[in-house]
Formats: sequence, C-alpha cells, structure tokens
Amino acid sequence: MRAAVVVFPGINRERDMARALTLIAGRAPTMVWHADTALPEGTDLVVLPGGFSYGDYLRCGAIASRAPIMEAVRDHAEKGGLVLGVCNGFQILCEAGLLPGALLRNAGLKFICRDVHLRVERSDTPFTRGYNAGQVIRVPTAHGEGNYFASPETLAELEAEGRVLFRYTDAEGQVAERANVNGASNAIAGVLSQKHNVLGLMPHPENHVETIMGSTDGRGLFAGLVDHFVQAA
Amino acid sequence: MKARVTVTLKPGVLDPQGKAIEGALKSLGVTGVASVRQGKVFDIEIDSVDAARAEAALKAAADKLLANVIIENYQVEVLR
Repeated sequence: MRAAVVVFPGINRERDMARALTLIAGRAPTMVWHADTALPEGTDLVVLPGGFSYGDYLRCGAIASRAPIMEAVRDHAEKGGLVLGVCNGFQILCEAGLLPGALLRNAGLKFICRDVHLRVERSDTPFTRGYNAGQVIRVPTAHGEGNYFASPETLAELEAEGRVLFRYTDAEGQVAERANVNGASNAIAGVLSQKHNVLGLMPHPENHVETIMGSTDGRGLFAGLVDHFVQAA
Repeated sequence: MKARVTVTLKPGVLDPQGKAIEGALKSLGVTGVASVRQGKVFDIEIDSVDAARAEAALKAAADKLLANVIIENYQVEVLR
C-alpha cells in the first residue's frame, strides 16, 4: 500500500500516522507538503492527519481545506482513491465538502483527551475489513471540536445508506449519553462518503497500534487497508 | 471602501459558547438576557470604489471561506 500523508502547517500527528503506517503496511508513507499540487504517482491512500492546521484560525480545518494540495486530494477521491482524515483531518474533509456535515465545539466546551470506545458499524468497507461488525474498540481521542453536526435530512441519509462507520459507545457497545463524549449527532465518530472511499473520524487509531501504547485496537484499521490493496492486486 | 461581513450560526445549530456566555451574564447579575448566540465579524477594506462590485467580492469571500454555509449564515454590508 502506497500511502501519502499530507502535512499542513500546525499539524502535529503526522509522525504518529507515518509510524503506524510504516509498522503495519511495512512501507513508509510519502510526506506531502500542503503547498504541493500533486500526489506521488501511484498513491493508494491519502491521509490527512490530526493537529491544529493554521492554528485552527477561522474554523478548524477551514484554511487547510483550501490549500493547493487539496485539489489533488479531491481528484484522487473523485477517481475512487481512498482518503482517510483523522481528527483535524476529518474537519478538513468536511470543510472541503468531501464529507457531509461539520464539526462543532464539544457540547461540554472542554477539550477532551482520553480513551473512548467506538463501535465498528460494518466490516465491509476498505477501512474496516480488519474488524468485525459490531466490534468495540478502544482508541484515544484529543479534540475540542468533534461534535458532529449535519442537517436532519443528511443524518437520515447517512443512517439509511450505512455511512456511519464508527459510533461512540460504552465498553459494551451500547450508545449512551455519557459515552458520547462530545455530544455528536447520533453519537457519530466516523462517517463515509457516498462511494465509501473517504473516511473521516475524530479519534486516533494510529495511537493504539503497539503494545507499549496500552492497546493495539487501532491496528485493525491499517491492517484492513493493507489487506484491501492485497486483495485488489 | 470599508465593508463588514457578519457570520452567525444558523438557528438550530447548538452553540455551547453562546450558552456559556449567557450563563456568565446571568451570574454577573445582568438581567433581561433571554439568550446569547455567538458569531463573528470581519471588517474588510475593499479596493474597489464600486459598491456592487465590492458586494460581489464580499459574497465570494463569505461563500469561499469566511462562512461554512452548512452551519452558518452571513450578512454583507458595504459601509462606504
């Protein structure tokens, strides 16, 4: 799997992402600068990592979503190429219009930095074939604006089309008010594009991939992606 | 030419910051505040002297960057 990690000024999780990709895919990703206008030839997966691009000025992800490289990311997505946005990357994808909805300030107003439980809603996508449908994983989250919002019509469409891929739940996989850490609509932690090739999620699977991190629950996402390209080859 | 773009959250979009400000006003003893919604104001200098052109430029700025029309409304004023 040839991955490209886009680096925007103010991003701070790009090395964690590169480490996870290198560890699990066995191949280091190419780091691509935001001012570049093209992705490396043969890129399979584009990753927009977490952080605080442009200091979160204006709105989280707003300025990064208009960066020169985003035209190439948009072309890649339109051709069916895979795009993964984590945390700030999810915010950038929403601001770019590659995913529906927006991420608002956490309902409790506080920055949340702790492990959360997510229920994997389906396993038949390139991003979740390393998991079982209904499986609960524990991954870290670190954000102040992760409260997913979309119009009632858009939410109904996402649910009907099975595009909610990850939901905040308790350790048993039950949706509960306390487990929905940021107050997201329908406890949505991750959503897919219509063609299932673009995923945005708030928590950080790349930070739970080695035993020393306390959990390896995030590995499934990357292992599944690798498997997706092995099967496709 | 001076201009102003005001960006506000659409009705129905949760505004926890506005709620916190509302609570703070109440605890300060400011009475009669029914609710608060927080927004943004952009004061912009426009090169053009043509008001219609300036307004078109401001609308483009708001649509392309200043507002996220999924969650926000905006209003454009050319102040002269």
